[in-house]
Amino acid sequence: MTFLTPEESGHVSSLWGKVDVEKVGGEALGRLLVVYPWTQRFFESFGDLSSPSAIMGNPKVKAHGKKVLSAFSEGLHHLDDLKGTFAQLSELHCDKLHVDPQNFTLLGNVLVIVLAEHFGAAFNPSVHAAFQKVVAGVANALAHKYH
Amino acid sequence: MVHFTAEEKSTILSLWGKVNVEEAGGEALGRLLVVYPWTQRFFDSFGNLSSASAIMGNPKVKAHGKKVLTSFGEAVKNMDNLKPAFAKLSELHCDKLHVDPENFKLLGNVMVIILATHFGKEFTPDVQAAWQKLVSGVATALAHKYH
Repeated sequence: MTFLTPEESGHVSSLWGKVDVEKVGGEALGRLLVVYPWTQRFFESFGDLSSPSAIMGNPKVKAHGKKVLSAFSEGLHHLDDLKGTFAQLSELHCDKLHVDPQNFTLLGNVLVIVLAEHFGAAFNPSVHAAFQKVVAGVANALAHKYH
Repeated sequence: MVHFTAEEKSTILSLWGKVNVEEAGGEALGRLLVVYPWTQRFFDSFGNLSSASAIMGNPKVKAHGKKVLTSFGEAVKNMDNLKPAFAKLSELHCDKLHVDPENFKLLGNVMVIILATHFGKEFTPDVQAAWQKLVSGVATALAHKYH
């Protein structure tokens, strides 16, 4: 199953090559926790999440953000088999972490916003469309093993 | 009913003051049509929507985008009264235009992304959170008169 057109794949690879996964990961997860505060419930062991600056500066948030985005990055190498690539993570999020799959869509949207913020005009409509498709695909793949 | 703190209101107003409504409106509507192509069905009379560049350059898209965003400006002036402010537009979108209210959320997300591309670092997590709340409030208000 071809998920992205060759042009869309090109947009994704080209932009992703310039992404600092550590920094963007921390920012995306941080923004998720700020913008959608109920998501903080999954991270009670992370310490101080009492304000946007506490969240964005929190070292556990940054470290976990990097971990999440590295997994996402892995997905980008397997766009034609996202469900297979994320099968184990899907089971983990359902069986152990009990995360509502709607949150994957929220994180995907936050990631798109962080990319838009970093890349400005370079995050043009075609690039935006390609990434929106990717995050939707990843969110679906992560929800796939839910029961 | 959505409630905005004084800080959120001032954050929103401060950014809105710097937005070029004509340009941002055209870009928001254009990106909606590119990123979520099924939305093009509401704009069959707009002429050439055959590619991302055709859409973004289309004068009818730009004009209509400006109209939509100007009306969004009403939200910024009526943050405590979104439902009444959008009551007539809600009826219009339901009774005459037959737009699925899910599309209001999509347009709201696209707007947040455009603000992120335009304002970069200035589009901090707090600013994002306030705007996400506003676009969500507007989407709810626009769906309110649906039956």
